[in-house]
Amino acid sequence: MKKILVTVAAILLLATTAFAKSYTISVTQIVEHPALDAMRNGVADRLKEKGLDVTYNVHIAQGNMATNTQIISQIMGEQPDLVLAIATPGAQAAAQKIKDRPIVFTGVTDPVSAGLVKDLSNTNGTNITGMSDFSPMDKHVALIKEIVPNVKTIGIIYNSGEPNSVPNLKALKEEAAKVGISVEEATIANSSGVYQAAKSLVGRCDVIYVGTDNTVVSAIESAVKVCTDNKLPLIVGDVDSVARGAIAAVAVDYYKMGLQTGDMIARILVDGSDAGSMPVEFLNDLNLHVNKKAATAMGVTLPAATIERAAKVIE
Amino acid sequence: MTLYAFFGALEQGFAYGLMVIGVYLTFRILDFPDLTVDGSLPLGASVSAVAITSGYSPLISIFMATGAGFLAGVTTGILNTKFKILHLLASILTMIALYSINLRIMGRPNMSLLGQETVVDRFREMTGLLPQHSTPVLFAIVCLVIVAVLIWFMHTEQGLAFLATGDNMQMITSQGVNTDTVIIFGVGLSNALVAASGALVAQNQGAADVNMGVGTIIAGLASVIIGETVFGDKTISRALIAALLGSVLYRIAIALALGMKLGSFSITPSDLNLITALLVVVALVMPKMKRKFLAARGAK
Repeated sequence: MKKILVTVAAILLLATTAFAKSYTISVTQIVEHPALDAMRNGVADRLKEKGLDVTYNVHIAQGNMATNTQIISQIMGEQPDLVLAIATPGAQAAAQKIKDRPIVFTGVTDPVSAGLVKDLSNTNGTNITGMSDFSPMDKHVALIKEIVPNVKTIGIIYNSGEPNSVPNLKALKEEAAKVGISVEEATIANSSGVYQAAKSLVGRCDVIYVGTDNTVVSAIESAVKVCTDNKLPLIVGDVDSVARGAIAAVAVDYYKMGLQTGDMIARILVDGSDAGSMPVEFLNDLNLHVNKKAATAMGVTLPAATIERAAKVIE
Repeated sequence: MTLYAFFGALEQGFAYGLMVIGVYLTFRILDFPDLTVDGSLPLGASVSAVAITSGYSPLISIFMATGAGFLAGVTTGILNTKFKILHLLASILTMIALYSINLRIMGRPNMSLLGQETVVDRFREMTGLLPQHSTPVLFAIVCLVIVAVLIWFMHTEQGLAFLATGDNMQMITSQGVNTDTVIIFGVGLSNALVAASGALVAQNQGAADVNMGVGTIIAGLASVIIGETVFGDKTISRALIAALLGSVLYRIAIALALGMKLGSFSITPSDLNLITALLVVVALVMPKMKRKFLAARGAK
């Protein structure tokens, strides 16, 4: 009797694995970075939730553009069902070489100027679609006004060499102009310049803003120090920097972005949607994080309403 | 390694082949450690990308990139010879200046070439080869032509002066050769090749990026040293070909590292830089070990 039960169970098990289709996804990612890794984990978790059996080939270029291109050759050899490209350089190299299978990008700020899609509706696209992490700058400016109500000038620190930062700056200027606020810029070339750049803004602005600029964010503590010393509020574009000492951020949660990218991938793999005609998606569900201690140190009082609607409050 | 990965490694090896030959010219022949290359590679890419997007043919854009690279190298050469700035520092100065200049040229940090016609597309249409074959074939032809021209040049009177400058500057000065001119021209030539390589790379990867030069010098030196160790450098012709093949071997090694899985101990992508460093160390140590081994056997 026991033997029969085991046999039946084994057959059932075999049958289910035989029917569940398995997929291979090759991932190209320019560098290891908490936000980029969070997106990759989000994709994997969502696809697992949906019951997809996926094998991943993960390739990380360690920030090297030559390796980034070489990874695409590796992926072509792997013959995956789908290519997941995390951040702009990998997506560009994949789009240039791979034409015969779907490519889904994520964490690309400006997919149109990166040449990945002709427009965001992607109606006459080829084999590529994905998600943009473009900062919702109107919400950032609104947050700045909420915390520093009498703001006249916003100071911004950014690296002019980062593809993400240039469109962010343009958007900030546009949104600030709409509400009659001017923008003062301080550019840096590497993270060791953040301290100097923050100091140069003291006296020239009422609040310092740092967007999703990898170079500045990697040394955000320098800006925190300058802002604390000079009672100048620091508001940022990513939630992780709030825990590191900035006052507040309303921003993309990269893990959630990965989850939504996972949904897009499932539509392509399971429902057979055509990547080339799926519009570029944005994350509408944003998180507000605030840091009470930092606010006090930088000389502002957080409005009660702001604290109330925050997803996370750091005391 | 899959066949795709192999052809990909060939493609990268030859795309960066001109860069490696450029590094060979300064590092080995002129004895001039030149970091300008980290800036002149993206310079070539930027110039090529801007030229293509403003309507020039992709081929012409490579010549424009080459010219720009020559000027960058000449700048380093002049800083070193005329203003007596140490070669390493002179090249670093040009390199950091080029970062800003490249941003100016493109007007932004990343310029896409997706959807634009490139030399690779043209060559593919002409020959009808498969995409994964046409690129390495085209880049190999370009590299071999340049190597042939350089071999010819090194056997002319100017070429001999060029070779002698790095070997024994005093001797060649007493022969009436102006070593300053040779250095300025040599570093210019080297960076012209590097920029041409940058133009090829940009057209191949679909974008010029201001950060694409980071680590160029490391890849260049690794390739030169691997080439010398494996293929030898007895004559100038052999050394130039060794540098080119060294570039290919280096990329094959990277491709192997990218695809490596060793049972439970699997190599992760984060180990890639360590592998590159180990590879160069092995290439550097091998000839010395070989000599020691031969000497020990001879003593017996």
